[in-house]
Amino acid sequence: MKIKILIMSGILALGSLVYGAGPPRSKDSSSLPVVQSREDAENARIQGEQRFHANCGRCHAAPQKFPPRMMATIVRHMRVRATITDEDMRLILGYMTQ
Amino acid sequence: MGNKFLKYLLKSACPRPQASAWRKPAGLGLLLCLVSTLLPAQSSSPEHPVPILTGNAGFFTNVEAGHTELVPEINPLLLIPLGDRWLIESRAEFEGEFQRPKGGGPYGGKVGNELDYLQVDYIASRYVTITAGRFLTPFGIYNERLYPIWIRDLQPLPLIFPIATGPSDGLMLRGGFSVNPKINLNYAAYFSTQSNLHKLESDRLVGGRVGFFLPGPRIELGFSWQKLLQEERKNSVGFHFAWQPTSLPLNLRSEYARSDNGSGYWLEAAYRLSQVGTWNKVMRRTEVVGRAQQFFVGPNTADVAEEYGLPEVNTRQADFGLNYYLHDGLKATASYGRQFSADGNSNLWTVGIAYRFAFPLGRAQ
Repeated sequence: MKIKILIMSGILALGSLVYGAGPPRSKDSSSLPVVQSREDAENARIQGEQRFHANCGRCHAAPQKFPPRMMATIVRHMRVRATITDEDMRLILGYMTQ
Repeated sequence: MGNKFLKYLLKSACPRPQASAWRKPAGLGLLLCLVSTLLPAQSSSPEHPVPILTGNAGFFTNVEAGHTELVPEINPLLLIPLGDRWLIESRAEFEGEFQRPKGGGPYGGKVGNELDYLQVDYIASRYVTITAGRFLTPFGIYNERLYPIWIRDLQPLPLIFPIATGPSDGLMLRGGFSVNPKINLNYAAYFSTQSNLHKLESDRLVGGRVGFFLPGPRIELGFSWQKLLQEERKNSVGFHFAWQPTSLPLNLRSEYARSDNGSGYWLEAAYRLSQVGTWNKVMRRTEVVGRAQQFFVGPNTADVAEEYGLPEVNTRQADFGLNYYLHDGLKATASYGRQFSADGNSNLWTVGIAYRFAFPLGRAQ
């Protein structure tokens, strides 16, 4: 019975973490690059495209663009899996969510 | 409905008075659950990632030395981001191996299932990500990056693939960062504990991998090392190389691995025919692949090598393949390979289809 209660508590806690993970409290590693002007935006797009081909294209064909929140999850997964740098991840996420 | 569910949870947590000591953890879980529902809804910004179910599915027909095998396969991958630094990820593998019995009759066989990984990642800083749980062993590049069936250019695995790529249960530090504008460094260091738990088996070992990526010429060079901390306490080493020239739709990859169970290498080239002018609509979706590989038996006995899934004798193999991308996540694939060994030469034919899927488990926009 104790084990059952503990498992139930664990599931509840995990569930609350999954569905209750709040928005980030600060602009940190997962943030997009700050764009100041149209020139900056174009530069970020070009940089993002280059980083995308250099990093993602090493292993697989270019994927379609998914909705922004899906893309954010995929890019985080690939940051871990393919050890992509923080800067590359932000530029790729920006490019793939434009 | 919701009230009934909550009452059930409370009743389950505290069915008897003497169980009151256990009300605290259950109540805490319930409180967290309720608090989470009161949090403001997340916006549509890409800074608020949504859990997704992705993975790949495929169906392949393999003909090896005259024996036909049907292989349906599905690899679901669950990704659950938490906050802005955490990620829970898990991938399973369900693979059927169906053959006709020797006397004839319908195809039959078993469906294997494996938990490839179940890990929690914490992005501690721009330099370090901490991973705990069951994870893919970072040895070389094939196991972590090229293994999924929708990614691999040739469906048959390299002969040296089993060297040092068994699953690990433990802790890992990894990351990638720019050393300077011309060089990125990536690394992984891990410890795995011995486990005999069903479906969670692993060896006690320690290892690491370091790679240098030159973004300009798109060249990566890397080195892997692993030491088994049980039984024969053997060392395994490996090197990997990848080059994607900027002027050509070409992918060159290679790995070398060495352990007491054997050593060998593979060298693979994949060329997308997008620069061919004739029938360009078809050609740009077509990729031709070639791979050469060799395996040399090690000091360990053939029985040990077989246990790891390695050839029991020196073996050479050449493969040629063709991939046609119907769209980015769906490809038809075919390949022919010729294997040369002291056990006899044989042909390996593979034809099939691989599909990558991705579904959001929440609002994706």
